[in-house]
Order: sequence, then structure tokens, then C-alpha cells
Amino acid sequence: MSDPATPSIVTRDLNLWYGKFQALRGVSLDIKHGLITSLIGPSGCGKTTLLRCFNRVNERYGYVTTTGEIRVLEKNIYDPDVSLIELRRSVGMVFQRPNPLPLSVYENVVFGLRVHSDSPPTRATLNEAVEKALREVNLWQDLKDRLHQRATTLQLEQQQKLCIARLLPLKPEIILMDEPCSALDVEGTAAIEELMFSLKGKYTIVIVTHNMAQARRASDECIFMLLGQRIEHRRTEDLFIAPENPKTAEYIEGRYG
Amino acid sequence: MNASPVPRFGETPSVRRRLRRENLARWVFGAMAAAMVLPLVLIVGYLVVRAAPALSLEFVLDVPKRGMTEGGIWPALIGTVYLVFLSLLVSAPIGILAAVYLNEYARENWFNRVINLAVINLAGVPSIVHALFGLGAFVYAAQFGYSIISAALTLAIMTLPVIIASTREALASVPRSFREACWNVGATRWQTIRSVVLPNSISGILTGVILQVSRAAGETAPVMFTGVVFFKAVQRGDLLPYYLNEQCMALSMHLYTISTQVPGVKEAIPFATAVVLLTLVIAVNAAAIALRVYLRSRKKW
Repeated sequence: MSDPATPSIVTRDLNLWYGKFQALRGVSLDIKHGLITSLIGPSGCGKTTLLRCFNRVNERYGYVTTTGEIRVLEKNIYDPDVSLIELRRSVGMVFQRPNPLPLSVYENVVFGLRVHSDSPPTRATLNEAVEKALREVNLWQDLKDRLHQRATTLQLEQQQKLCIARLLPLKPEIILMDEPCSALDVEGTAAIEELMFSLKGKYTIVIVTHNMAQARRASDECIFMLLGQRIEHRRTEDLFIAPENPKTAEYIEGRYG
Repeated sequence: MNASPVPRFGETPSVRRRLRRENLARWVFGAMAAAMVLPLVLIVGYLVVRAAPALSLEFVLDVPKRGMTEGGIWPALIGTVYLVFLSLLVSAPIGILAAVYLNEYARENWFNRVINLAVINLAGVPSIVHALFGLGAFVYAAQFGYSIISAALTLAIMTLPVIIASTREALASVPRSFREACWNVGATRWQTIRSVVLPNSISGILTGVILQVSRAAGETAPVMFTGVVFFKAVQRGDLLPYYLNEQCMALSMHLYTISTQVPGVKEAIPFATAVVLLTLVIAVNAAAIALRVYLRSRKKW
């Protein structure tokens, strides 16, 4: 496992263009291991784009150009010997809208295992993985008797937890969350935040959020972005109580955004 | 964890195996896609090579001579143009307006579902059955006799359901939010359709209609039962040789007769007829594509 002292994700002078539009401008940051780091900023500031760089899903679109360096767990992910398959196994993503596959709860959780194993895993391995993953996201009690129900029929909150559980059997190091609570109600949001706290330490979590209050209560470190630039990156308490940059101060006071 | 010689995120043997399978799959799919091109090239190439001795502008403009064993195909070509044009003149307005009703006005109820079912089933009826229907309905019951009108109406019935289906698809692809924006400034449904829905779906609607041209031009059975004849004497190059209550010639039928019914036809003539029919259809499709590209370039989204 990685040494807690070294950052999980390091970017240096990262630039990204969608066609001619520059979405990221010289972003350099160190995301610490095992903490929850939130990315905040007004719409269009590049926070989701930055998040999607970390497991290279942006490249699916042909018109994206990236320059600069991203090191995940001390490995430059743009090195030619990097396999996207292995990278995405270690760096999982949770989306804004829960996107469980139209399969049973059980099959959703073991989907990654099946994809990544050469010979079909044994029933026992799969059963164990399902129980472990669902326990980790606090769904086991609710769903243990309904493992063969269709995942798309669950409540949204349960679906989102399941989407997190789906990543865990692959033993990821980093979990990226793109506004994971924006489709959920108050209770669902609270449950997901609680879950983030319980996963913290084991996994490095990066969360994009529109909700400043959520960033404040649910993250250890906070990165404020504006117009594709990193403006400020500090401990969450410090950033909200004593922001250094006047732009940050105005944003958290709600002057714009 | 990282004791293995494989670098972090490097390709493990397992990943390599999966990538090999991935490449194999991609190759198989690609080969199947390429396989579609091969028959097309072969068919068109074969036809053109065999037709070459007879193909000329003269062949297109001239009338058949010596008991159809020589000469050209003008009466059949112009007959096909008549039939296609007339049938679409009937089926396009009915089909498009019906589709607008079904997609924009009708509520989801049993009546709508019955219409839907009828449209789908009508689209699946074999053309020979349409032919028989046309014979009974237009030639005898409506007393149009064996005529261009009967044949065109039969073709119209045949193309109608497909036009309805393709138009509905084109209308359904206009985002709902456009309609909501319109309703929210107080526009009626008809105003919404006229100003927003139709302008944004017209390219898809026209494509659907024009694709039916090739179907109408190629069908033999429906026109053979209802108004197309073996031979009809026509002036060379005459643009308006037929009255609508007369019978006419058509390319598809002509191809059938000179290939199977008439002895001693010059070998290249059936092939040349096929090439002209194919060219007509491809020309219409090309026009459809050009129109679609043009209309799409005017689309604002």
C-alpha cells in the first residue's frame, strides 16, 4: 500500500482543451492520501473536467487535448506503458445520477470482478465479495434478502451506494465522485456523506460538489477553482474561515457563482 | 503489493489476454461491416460491365423496337416516373399529417395503440397482397380500371405505413424541451408544430419519404396487377405520353418481360435496363442525402 505521507494524485501544469476552448489552465495540485478532498467552484470552472482526467475518461471524446503531467500513486498516467484497464481498476468513479447496470444487485457488485478475472470466479469468492462490499457501504442489512432484485428498482440512495459498492471488490485506491448527492434528498445525502466518512482512510476520495455547505461539512481539504484555474487549496476549515485569495472569499460569501 | 516486476498500472498478462480478445472482436465486427460493401460492388460492377454495349443516351430516350428486342426504354422510364410521382403525391401528405396527429395530438389510449398496430402490420404486408387489394379496390370497386391511377394508388397504400413510421420517428427526435418552451409562451399545438417541430424534423421526414421512392420504383407485383402493361406505343422522348386513366409501361415490369417473356432480346438490353433503374433510384437517394445535408446545415441545434 502507498505511504500516507506521499500524495495520491499530483498534477503539474495541467492544461486541457475541448477543441479550441481551454477548460483547464496550468492546474498544479497535490491530493493527499486517504483524505476526502472536495473540488468547489461555480459552474463551468473545470472541476468535473479535472476529476475526469484522473482516470482518463475524458479521452473518450476525440477532440480533447491534454498537456502537463498527472501522477496517480507516483506513476504518470500518460506514460505509454500505462494500461487504461488497470488504471480504471484502481481509480473508480461515481456519477451524478446513480447508474447501476440493469442487472441484479448481486451481479452489479461482482461485475468488476467478472470483467477482471481470466477464469470464472467461484461462487464462494463472489458471495464473499458481495457481502464484504455491501457491508462496507451499509447496504447489507437492507439488501441481503433481495440480492437478486433488479438494481434499477432500488431507491436512488441505495442505487448510489450500490454504485460505490460496485467499485470496492476491485480494491481501488482512489474513488472519484462527481456530485454524488445532487440527485438525492436530504436523508440520502446524509447517508452518502456518512458513508464517505467510513470509507475515508482506506481510500482517497475526491468529490466534486456544487454545494458549499456539503464541501464544508464533508471534506478534509478543499480546492477552489475558477475559470479552469486552481485558486486555492487548503484544509477545509481554513479555506472557509480564513480564505487567502479574495476571489475565494467572495465565492464562499456568495457574491457570485 | 508492488513486488511484481509489472509497473503500476502496467499491462499484466491478464490485461494482455483481454486486449487480444478485444482486438479479435474488433476485427470480426469490422470484417462483417466491410462484407456489406463487397456484394454491392460486385452487383453494380457486374451489371455495368454487362450493360456497357447497350448503354447510351439514345437507349434511354428511344422507344423499344422490333418486338422489344432492340431500341430503348423511354416509355417504361417515363411510366415509372409517373407512377412514383403520383403515388407519393397521395401518400406523402396523408402519411405526414397522420404521423403529426399521432405524435403531437393523440393521447396514449387504446385507439392510438390500434392505429399503431395497424401501421406496423400494414408495413409488413407483402407487396403481392397489396397488389390484390389494389386490383379489388381501385380497378373493380372504384372502377378506375387498369390505369395509372389504380397503380399509383396501390403503390401509395403500400408506401403509406412506412412514411407514417419514419415521420413519427423524425418528430419524436425533436427534444421535448423545445415544445415545452413554446407552450410556456402560450403557443397552441398547431403554432408549436408549425414554428418549431416541423422545421426541426423536416430533414428526417423528407429522407423517409424519398427512401420510399426507390421502393415504389422497384416493385413489380402491385403495378402489374393494376395498370402496367407489356407494351405501349409512345413517341420517342415524349414527356407527357400517358393519360391518367390509361395503362402505362414501367421499368420493373419491362425488365421482367424482356428478361423472361420475349425471345431474342439483345443480351445487353436487360442489363442496361437494370442499370437505368438502379441509377434512377441512386440518383433519388443522392438527392435525398444532399437535401438532408442542406436542411441539417440550417438546423440551429
